[in-house]
Amino acid sequence: MLQVNNIEVYYMGVIQVLRGVSLEVEDGKIVALLGANGGGKTTALKAISGMLKTEEGDVTNGSIVFNGQRIDKKNPEDIAALGISQVMEGRRVLGHLSVEENLLIGAYRRKDRSGVKKDLEMVFDYFPKIKTLRRRTSGYLSGGEQQMMVIGRALMASPKLMLLDEPSLGLAPLLVQEIFDITRRINIEQKVSILLVEQNVRAALGIAHHGYVMENGRIVMDGPADKLKDNEDVKEFYMGLSAIGSQKSYHEVKHYRRRKRWLA
Amino acid sequence: MTFFLTLVFSGVGLGMIYALIALGFVIILKCSKAFNIAQGQFVMLGGYLGYTFILVFHLPAWAALLAAIAVGVVLGLLIERLALRPLIGQSVLSVIMMTIALSTVLEGVGVLIWGGIYEPYKGGFPTLTLPPAYSSYISPETLDGVILSAIVVIALMAIFRYTKVGLAMRATAEDEKVVQSVGIKVTTVYAISWVIACVLGVVSGMLLYSISGVQQTMSDIGLKAFGVILLGGVDSIGGAIIAGLIVGILENVASGYLDPLLPTGGGLASVFPFIIMIIVLIFKPHGLFGTARIERI
Repeated sequence: MLQVNNIEVYYMGVIQVLRGVSLEVEDGKIVALLGANGGGKTTALKAISGMLKTEEGDVTNGSIVFNGQRIDKKNPEDIAALGISQVMEGRRVLGHLSVEENLLIGAYRRKDRSGVKKDLEMVFDYFPKIKTLRRRTSGYLSGGEQQMMVIGRALMASPKLMLLDEPSLGLAPLLVQEIFDITRRINIEQKVSILLVEQNVRAALGIAHHGYVMENGRIVMDGPADKLKDNEDVKEFYMGLSAIGSQKSYHEVKHYRRRKRWLA
Repeated sequence: MTFFLTLVFSGVGLGMIYALIALGFVIILKCSKAFNIAQGQFVMLGGYLGYTFILVFHLPAWAALLAAIAVGVVLGLLIERLALRPLIGQSVLSVIMMTIALSTVLEGVGVLIWGGIYEPYKGGFPTLTLPPAYSSYISPETLDGVILSAIVVIALMAIFRYTKVGLAMRATAEDEKVVQSVGIKVTTVYAISWVIACVLGVVSGMLLYSISGVQQTMSDIGLKAFGVILLGGVDSIGGAIIAGLIVGILENVASGYLDPLLPTGGGLASVFPFIIMIIVLIFKPHGLFGTARIERI
């Protein structure tokens, strides 16, 4: 469904952020894009959704293909119209609008009124909490409620592919679990493919089918989620576990530190 | 009492015009967070257009109004396309600088086409008549103005609150990236906003022409409308209307009663509303109806 082929991204023509990134999202799958800060995960998402162009970024090499169509030169509006819906990092609620208006903005391009109404009910179904708050000014919602609303907004566009950028940001572990569970339900029930950017590696690999690990603008590792979960490097560097799988102890002062071999 | 009512009614007429001009500011502020310094020049152009269409081309008032609106639409589209689209993504300050440039250019256009001279109003608007008990308080032109601006204001509020375009405009004011990511073209939203601002300016200029004629310095009224939006709260439509009425009425009443008492014999009209504005802002820094910034800590 989505193929990213060896793309390079420069900001303002000089700062190279992605150095040949390739990844693929298959129909109906959840794919996780993992890694530490500054790895280029968000930039990769923006390259796909076209939002790079508003930030003086540019895909200089490679191609992005969505359902057989090249989209790397298209405007964000046109890409959204093709069925790619992005949930941006940091929630980005339209604070002075009501919850319902926030959701309806997501369905702006759609012409089928009855379908929009049905989807509104569908969103309320997934997030019952949101339904009770529908007339509330969204800026005053709690962080978890805002995140739910923003995912709902992306869903209102009835997308084929959703790009989720760090939905766990700033949320309590229980809420993260809840939101990830709902994300998986949406994936299965609505047949929406999902590309998920996350720092919370354990939670992300818990629902993903496939995972990619990014570092310094490159993909350094990829594989089925189950395999990645058991990978020693992933455990050590991204989950904070020692090789045995228990919590890492900092008592053993002179422990042998694994090296990130792919950085050499 | 008659004197007072006369002052109040003409104040309402003037106030509605202030409100229209102030709404032009609010629309641009809402979508691009920049003050449109050129709004006063739109008004001046509207005044001259009214003069041209009514006195020179002898069009009936409604046709003149439609023609002026058409010019306003074209002007708005041109301004957005040529002057402001290249600035998308740039800082608010550069947008404001661009509107300063626009105001100078439009001022020049006024001089080029009409010579910037004073053109008095010589009739042409429909002369509605009220029952005789009221008709001594308000001139037919002022009445026209009040009715027309009330229609415009109500239409605008309805568009903002109940239509999809209005929703898109309000959303763009909040976060243009989000709006883009759901597939709305922000450039279209901007173009619509500039068209509305231009049309508001042109219409209020025509109304003003029907009350007091037109001249180059008419564009100074933009500054007064600036005070109006500060009083009403810079991003509130309802606030702009109410503040416009307050300023219009206060100005008339103050100059009617207090000007004769001053040794200089006048001039209070242009100062008094701002005194009230300063007092209000001391106690309500967001203006009367401005939105408080929502911030979760």
